[in-house]
Amino acid sequence: MNKQYLVASLIAAFILGMSFNTKEYSIEESAFSEKEDKRLLLSDNPFDTMMAVIMHKRCMNCHPSGDQPKQGEDSHLHYFDVQRGEDGHGLAGYTCGSCHQDSNNDFSGVPGAPHWHLAPKSMAWEGLSKNEIARSILDTEKNGGRSVEDIVKHLTEDALVLWAFEPGVDAEGTPREKPPVSKDAFIEAVKAWAADGAKIPNQ
Amino acid sequence: MKITFSINGKQVSVDTNGEAPLLWVIRDTLNLKGTKFGCGKAACGACTIHVDGKAVRSCSFATKYAEGTEITTIEGLSSGGQKHPVKQAWEDEIVPQCGYCQPGFIMATAAMLTEIPNPTDQEIDDNIINICRCGTYYRMRKAIHRAADLKNQNS
Repeated sequence: MNKQYLVASLIAAFILGMSFNTKEYSIEESAFSEKEDKRLLLSDNPFDTMMAVIMHKRCMNCHPSGDQPKQGEDSHLHYFDVQRGEDGHGLAGYTCGSCHQDSNNDFSGVPGAPHWHLAPKSMAWEGLSKNEIARSILDTEKNGGRSVEDIVKHLTEDALVLWAFEPGVDAEGTPREKPPVSKDAFIEAVKAWAADGAKIPNQ
Repeated sequence: MKITFSINGKQVSVDTNGEAPLLWVIRDTLNLKGTKFGCGKAACGACTIHVDGKAVRSCSFATKYAEGTEITTIEGLSSGGQKHPVKQAWEDEIVPQCGYCQPGFIMATAAMLTEIPNPTDQEIDDNIINICRCGTYYRMRKAIHRAADLKNQNS
């Protein structure tokens, strides 16, 4: 009985493995499903690992294509009609800093990190595919003139970027969802991707 | 931890948990009750104060960040024995109904007028995003325009 069970398990595992190996993963996906996230955790492709984080809502919410930030797990428009303002730090009378400080506030559930603000419109990622976002990140016309080294430094050292891995709790005290890989895995993936020439697949 | 800052022109030191909201220190330690607790989630704006002249929601401002700053609350908005133009305009237009949220609105308006001396209706809508459950927005809009006029006359 045990032997039959073992054989059946091995066959099932083989079939499951085959299905994972033969399924084409679309690099043009604009969002990751939960299932794909789990696959990415298993991926040894630095580009996929890096983009799984970059396309997570913790990052995407502040890279909108419009003039209002997004918030929450469902990426709704920021409450109270909060606006981008001229420099991405909000309006003159009410800046991001009116509510967001340099660290998360567990009492109010307001997230915080140094220089909390929206990414410039040239760095809008909302609605773009994975490869389009990667191209945008590498485009010095859009990325603030950053070299690949600058991009690596931004992604692996900037406190606002790394806030995504310690996003705190919301107003109900519920922990915010974190990106699908750890901070260390993300940093390692970014550096490996850059060291390999910062290539974008199929390009 | 000991935290030292200026509040309404007076230097104070408080010994408190640095993570505690500044609103609690203002109300319970310094006994300045004009700043109100509304939602506790930085949503309604009833707790708005000025930190170095900028509007800040004190329920979401950890006291540790007050170190070395200049804090102004509704009690300290007027100076030199002259009523602040926003307070004067609020009285002139008889804005408050229940009044609970009004200190936050007045502080938010005062901060906005520093940056935008003659706000349009749209700029008022965009910058003054506090919440009033009595719905006094219409009278507040009139008062904000009046406050801008008074402030410009004074200057």
